Amino acid sequence: MSTAKQRFTLAAAAATFASLALAATSLTATAQPRTDLVVGMALEPPHLDPTAGAAGAIKEVTYANLFEPLLRVDADGKLIPGLAERWTVSDDGLTYRFTLRPNAKFHDGTAADSADVKFTLDRARAADSVNAQKAYFAPISKIETPDPQTVVVTLSRPDGLFLFHMASGDAAIVAPESAATNKQKPVGTGPFRFDRWVAGDRVVLDRNPDYDGVKPKLDRVTFRFISDPAAQVAALKAGDIDAFTLFSTYEALPEFRNDPKFTVTVGSTEGETILSTNNARKPFDDVRVRRAMAHAIDRKTLIDGVLYGNGVAIGSHFPPHREGYVDLTGLYPYDPAKAKALLAEAGYPNGFDTTLRLPPPPYARRGGELVAAMLAEVGIRAKIEPVEWAAWLEKTFKGKDYDLTMIAHTEPLDIDIYARPDYYFNYKSERFNALNDELNRTQDPAKRNALYGEEQKVLAEDAVNGFLFMLPSVTVQKAGLTGMWVNRPIQANDVTGVSWK
Amino acid sequence: MRRRLPLSLHLGAALTLLLVAMALLSLLWTPYPAEQVRVIARLKPPSAAHWLGTDHFGRDVLSMIMVGARNSLAVGAAAVGLGLLGGVPLGLLAAALGRWGDEVVARLGDLVFAFPAVLTAILLTAVLGAGAVNVVLALALFNAAVLARVTRGAALAVWRRPFVGAALALGRGPLSATLVHVLPNIAGIVVVQATVLFAVAIVNEAALSYLGLGIQPPSPSWGRMLGDAQTYLFTAPLQAVFPGVAIALSVMGLTMLGDGLRDWLDPRHRSSGVM
Amino acid sequence: MLAFLLRRLVSLIVTVWLASIVVFAVLQLVPGDPALLMLGVNAQPDTLAALRGQMGLDQPILTRYLQWAGALARGDLGVSLTYARPVAELVVERLAVTLPLALLSLVISTALALPLGLLAAARRGRGGDWAVLGFSQLGVSMPSFWIAILLILLFSLTLHWFPAGGFPGWGGGIGPALHALLLPALALALPEAAILARVTRTAVLDTLAEDHIRTARAKGVGRAAVLLRHALPNALIPVATVLGLQISFLVAGAVVVENVFTLPGLGRLLYQAIGQRDLIVVQGVVVLLALFVVVVNALVDIACALADPRPKGLSS
Repeated sequence: MSTAKQRFTLAAAAATFASLALAATSLTATAQPRTDLVVGMALEPPHLDPTAGAAGAIKEVTYANLFEPLLRVDADGKLIPGLAERWTVSDDGLTYRFTLRPNAKFHDGTAADSADVKFTLDRARAADSVNAQKAYFAPISKIETPDPQTVVVTLSRPDGLFLFHMASGDAAIVAPESAATNKQKPVGTGPFRFDRWVAGDRVVLDRNPDYDGVKPKLDRVTFRFISDPAAQVAALKAGDIDAFTLFSTYEALPEFRNDPKFTVTVGSTEGETILSTNNARKPFDDVRVRRAMAHAIDRKTLIDGVLYGNGVAIGSHFPPHREGYVDLTGLYPYDPAKAKALLAEAGYPNGFDTTLRLPPPPYARRGGELVAAMLAEVGIRAKIEPVEWAAWLEKTFKGKDYDLTMIAHTEPLDIDIYARPDYYFNYKSERFNALNDELNRTQDPAKRNALYGEEQKVLAEDAVNGFLFMLPSVTVQKAGLTGMWVNRPIQANDVTGVSWK
Repeated sequence: MRRRLPLSLHLGAALTLLLVAMALLSLLWTPYPAEQVRVIARLKPPSAAHWLGTDHFGRDVLSMIMVGARNSLAVGAAAVGLGLLGGVPLGLLAAALGRWGDEVVARLGDLVFAFPAVLTAILLTAVLGAGAVNVVLALALFNAAVLARVTRGAALAVWRRPFVGAALALGRGPLSATLVHVLPNIAGIVVVQATVLFAVAIVNEAALSYLGLGIQPPSPSWGRMLGDAQTYLFTAPLQAVFPGVAIALSVMGLTMLGDGLRDWLDPRHRSSGVM
Repeated sequence: MLAFLLRRLVSLIVTVWLASIVVFAVLQLVPGDPALLMLGVNAQPDTLAALRGQMGLDQPILTRYLQWAGALARGDLGVSLTYARPVAELVVERLAVTLPLALLSLVISTALALPLGLLAAARRGRGGDWAVLGFSQLGVSMPSFWIAILLILLFSLTLHWFPAGGFPGWGGGIGPALHALLLPALALALPEAAILARVTRTAVLDTLAEDHIRTARAKGVGRAAVLLRHALPNALIPVATVLGLQISFLVAGAVVVENVFTLPGLGRLLYQAIGQRDLIVVQGVVVLLALFVVVVNALVDIACALADPRPKGLSS
């Protein structure tokens, strides 16, 4: 008993001492703010060339930090200057004139001028291009460089999203001298330059002293890759990591929220998480079956079970934070009895057997398990088939050989995928296609939003897929850190505006 | 003279029986349906209602462990059964044929052993897809190789014994000599080895399910329960303990049973515990 | 003896060569296109074709095998499809984690097993013996990945003595690196130690029963001296043999334990490469592992043959 008491006193003393020490460090911290930052990420990028790969982790390390496209997307999703400080668009929407920053330099000291921009765009649209978003560059018909600071791009057809595409990581400006080696030794024009990569553990960037734009407050940024949830939490608690972005160990959030040493932000991503359904395959070709599934899924429980409540339900393929959103989540309320009735009406009074293929992310594996349990309640017996990304892409996405799968579609404004003729949903709707054609012809924002609304309604009425929830963008960071992005309008960990108080 | 049954045999048999009984009971009764999801009741610590608590979807852990025992046993039995079917005839054949037949079997064995069993299983599930059946196939391949090798070694020893030579001299064919003389004499060794392999199969199935490649939800698996629990180590540490205890007790039971059998069948041989 | 060695060498080469064919063939059957994986859902057919060309995947299968195997025979493992770096470089980098991990676990397991085995033999049938046998039975029964999870639970999350995973690299000094490797090494070492302790105990008991030991005892040599000077050295041979035979389990264990602790070792490289369909890396690493296992097995065989006059001493 006495030893226990002693221990307790000791612990109390240690705690007091620790808090004193903490106070002391925070005092010194006010005097001299830290200038380094350690950002935690779940996945390690395979390489660091954003123009040659689709892996999100590549852009999360390099976008805006190492590489700059002509334009950038800011924390609110707006376009801001990147390597180009100004740009103009002709009235017919075909000619874009970009004016580059006069003193922009690559990290190897060479000037970043119009020739580099032309090289970058030509490389991305060349026959042997390996750009993951080659289609972004397809409208380009001509690139002229009247002087080192000016690039004039002429399109063959108007493209309302061209500037957004030119602001993506896939359009990062690279130099001919270093393009071939960017995967391992990235050389960009950004405010940070590549220092080193400890494979399997971290990528370290340091401040680019020659940067010609607004200088960042930080002089050293480390991206650490920790895939294991327990290790993520432990690293945050131990103070090894200052901020963890796209944090998906949701069950640990209450603890961080209650701890004054941390700040938790929950923002939006562009990731509509859906139960993709093969509309061409029996019995899913029957809209009653699809509606039955919509009634069978309890989105609230799903969001609670998978995201611990940190997510927003959706009723169609459109994010609630965007203009033009229509709330359709009430169209198919959770109602197992109704689901069974619809199934019986469609000729499946005893339900049916099917397979649910699940890619690796936790939201899919966990969410899929829960969805399967909900479907089982109404008699739809879904066999779970976990697959790796490679197999998912090959068999499900490309081969369209599947019944059901669960996936987040993370690209911004991608509702047009339902109009694509051979997309893996196998969905065909004249009504939707007509709306989409009209949307493509329409410039007026108000009308566009109305059309987006109509599109959402068509998809919801047809119950094309199970529309589940938006994937949240959760960041756990140390109190005192400012400037981290709350939302994810684009795949990026832009730390150029981050600083310590 | 009657030999005393070794202690390990008693303990091993008891633990194994417990495992089998739990698996059989789970066919008739579990405290809750093992697949019943109740998100509001998730990650509860052990209580009167849920003796071992609930998992991240509010499923009853005791029920899952009981059904998991059935799955572990099924995978182990299938992997060992197929291994016996493939390995024993091969080993007998190698011993009976001698020379090049022997060589072929030995080299095939080398080839299988060149890849650690778990690695073979990971590669095979990459080709065939994750799931219990494919894990069974991969483990059976490994078991067949081990059993072929053990059978061959033991059979060769029997072939060298005088009574087999005498039988051959009396006009028995190699096939009939194998069936009548060799097989009964090596049965003990094979059974011992099979018991140990059963334990190894349970561990490997757990490891593969831990990696997400083995038994698939909603069917519970001890290994996957551990994998899930690792995510929740902070909030529900006990969930990382119970399934592991189940694995350890099963493996302990089977290895002790194997050791005990070996000691009982061949008291001169002291168990060294080599798998 | 020479003929035996020669035969062993030939069979070793044949096995590794067959292994290379098997691995290559199996990987051709794995569904999934590395180019598609790299470029994602919006990749266009011409981009995919261009990338496949860069990766050399547009060649016929036989040509690819011959190119790869030919280069392999010259010691060239090729270039990783994902990381765009030479496989040899990746392997060396990852070995800097796996090799110390394996060595550390070997050191820990022998350091635990030898004294425990000796103790058990010395106290045969008494409390100490039972304790060691009990520990050993427990160790054999606990899968290393579960031990790993329990160690994380205790030492990382509760006591905060060790990190729960990850590896800071050797650049930051030996201290932090070893600190990160200790728990994984322990997880690998405990089951190993359990087996070795039993082998040591049996081997020591066997030698104690031999005539020269009895003679030494009769001559009045002390019990401790007999154990340490006579029994232990003789027991080392079977212990080393078992250690060799366990190497393949160690390799498999490392794959799993590196995943539990997210250590950037060879096992994790391999596991991730399978997921990323980095065929060149998978082929190279698997053949290297197979070569390693086969060589160790051959060495064990040869050692046994040297120690045992009968040619097929321990091959069963």
